[in-house]
Amino acid sequence: MQGALAAVLLGACASASAVLTIEVNKGVEAPIPIAIVPFAAEGIAAVAAAESPLADVIEADLARSGKFAPVARDDFLSMPHEPDAVRYKNWRLLKAEALVIGQVANLGDDHFEVQFRLLDVFREKQLAGQKFVVPAKRLRRSAHQISDIIHETLTGKPGAFDTRIAFVADEIVAGETPKRRYLLQVADADGHDPKTILESREIIVSPAWAPDGDWIAYVSYEHAPLITIYIQNLWSGERKRIADHPGINSAPAWSPDGKRLALTLSKDGNTEIYIYHLATERLRRLTRNTAIDTEPAWSPDGGTIAFTSDRPGTPQIYRIAADGGAAQRVTFEGRYNAGASYSNDGKSIALITNQGNGFRVGLYSARDRTVSELTQTKQDESPTFAPNGEMIMYATQSGGRNVIATVSPDGRTQQILGLANGSVREPAWAPFKHNL
Amino acid sequence: MCKFSSKSITFLATLLLAGCGGQSAVNQDTADDGDVVVTEEPVTVVTGDTTGGTTTSGLDGDSGSDGQSLGGDEESLAQVIYFDYDSSLLSADGRAMAQAHAEYLAGAADLRIILEGHADERGTREYNLALAEDRAKSVANVIQAWGIDSSRIQTVSYGEERPVALGHDESAWSLNRRVEILYQ
Repeated sequence: MQGALAAVLLGACASASAVLTIEVNKGVEAPIPIAIVPFAAEGIAAVAAAESPLADVIEADLARSGKFAPVARDDFLSMPHEPDAVRYKNWRLLKAEALVIGQVANLGDDHFEVQFRLLDVFREKQLAGQKFVVPAKRLRRSAHQISDIIHETLTGKPGAFDTRIAFVADEIVAGETPKRRYLLQVADADGHDPKTILESREIIVSPAWAPDGDWIAYVSYEHAPLITIYIQNLWSGERKRIADHPGINSAPAWSPDGKRLALTLSKDGNTEIYIYHLATERLRRLTRNTAIDTEPAWSPDGGTIAFTSDRPGTPQIYRIAADGGAAQRVTFEGRYNAGASYSNDGKSIALITNQGNGFRVGLYSARDRTVSELTQTKQDESPTFAPNGEMIMYATQSGGRNVIATVSPDGRTQQILGLANGSVREPAWAPFKHNL
Repeated sequence: MCKFSSKSITFLATLLLAGCGGQSAVNQDTADDGDVVVTEEPVTVVTGDTTGGTTTSGLDGDSGSDGQSLGGDEESLAQVIYFDYDSSLLSADGRAMAQAHAEYLAGAADLRIILEGHADERGTREYNLALAEDRAKSVANVIQAWGIDSSRIQTVSYGEERPVALGHDESAWSLNRRVEILYQ
């Protein structure tokens, strides 16, 4: 009864700040059935302070990954919060293989204690359990951390739920003469809690994370007609101007060691890729070709840069050693392959491919040397791998809106994260470590 | 059907062998200190006319252009040249338009032009930025070839960021694949 009450209380504030709409499009073949019991809450203040019930956040995380199938809560026969109260037989009846229970307690002074246990329903054993003490504003994030532990325990691979994304939004500011406003925002990986780190009346494009997660590079038109590449510290707001040469200054990409940026510049007459050393502020030209060369992407080991070139007549992915040399063509299928993003193991490249069906997220496999389509849409852009390589985020159009979506590397699980208002694009998935 | 995958079982066994957590114990090893990070909030940087509480009129995102028509004879010239998909090659019409502007510039030595390159929304943004610049340069090359000094010609690429037609079909795309010619 206590559990049921807590569930009601937790459910009551579910829609308190529904900034994002989440639409699940498709299921997956053999996900792990998992039951997540709404956490007990001590003190109504604790519940009121939570932006979302933790169990809901965990359930949404696990469902979005495509690796788990949450069991419907309506079927639960009980709402245990302690291992002693768990009747495993009941959960076996629901075909749950794993069970998550937990509690949240208000410690006062704006802090909460969150504890959870992951239980194996068949072996009747605890697989993982942890206690967190968090300030109120980090309560929701503790749910992502729990999701990460569950993911790693049950799949053997680290989760990337407790990570962040950057993206660009724009909106019309009403007034006598309505103005467009561009926002560079940082949010949780599920799109929740967006925070603006740059606001401009002019175009912002191409956000790219530094490997430390503290800096973001981007392209700004605030000095148009000059196009400027900046890097900006998330926490201090400090900005540095990296490139504002005549012509294009675009597509910044941070090297895995954080010391260099690959840039696309046209200062020497044609769009070429350059390596900019942050410490020395020196530029080294990497490509020499009369075609377009752009969209550099570093391999995880920093040794190779994949990029887009139209030297064969259509845009295709090429690769070149980061310290120079001859470029080799990577993709051959379809008339359009661009916008490369490496997986964390370097064995796959997410890209935008057009094989006659529109511009879709595709996956290049280094092993098969082929490109497969992952989505069914027509205007996809800006694919970016999760830092654990288990998900790809990208921009697309849905219902006339610009939205951000995710797709698993096997294409089976897809979901849209969309801002309720305005339009969003150019997601960039942050590296694992961040200080938020 | 009601079992963990073999991988899960292996991993589970590893955990149990490692003595990770008793049957009902909450593992507190990594609690408290390890998981509490005093955090800062990201800072918002505002560019343009709101810095320092003073109002300047430096930036205007909706002007759509950085030059303006002067109301002179150049208004009789077509101000927009269109391109084929994924192409920066000038059509015969486009070349003729560029030549007409070159002739006009030759007779108005105090005028300068900005050539704004644009692309349709299809494909990746950064490739489109490069493509749109190539379009602007195609026009610039013709005008220069007709004897106009390069110092009087500026190009800027907006890629797919400033469409004039907002639809998602060829009728909109064909209007967005363009170079706008603006006099200063």
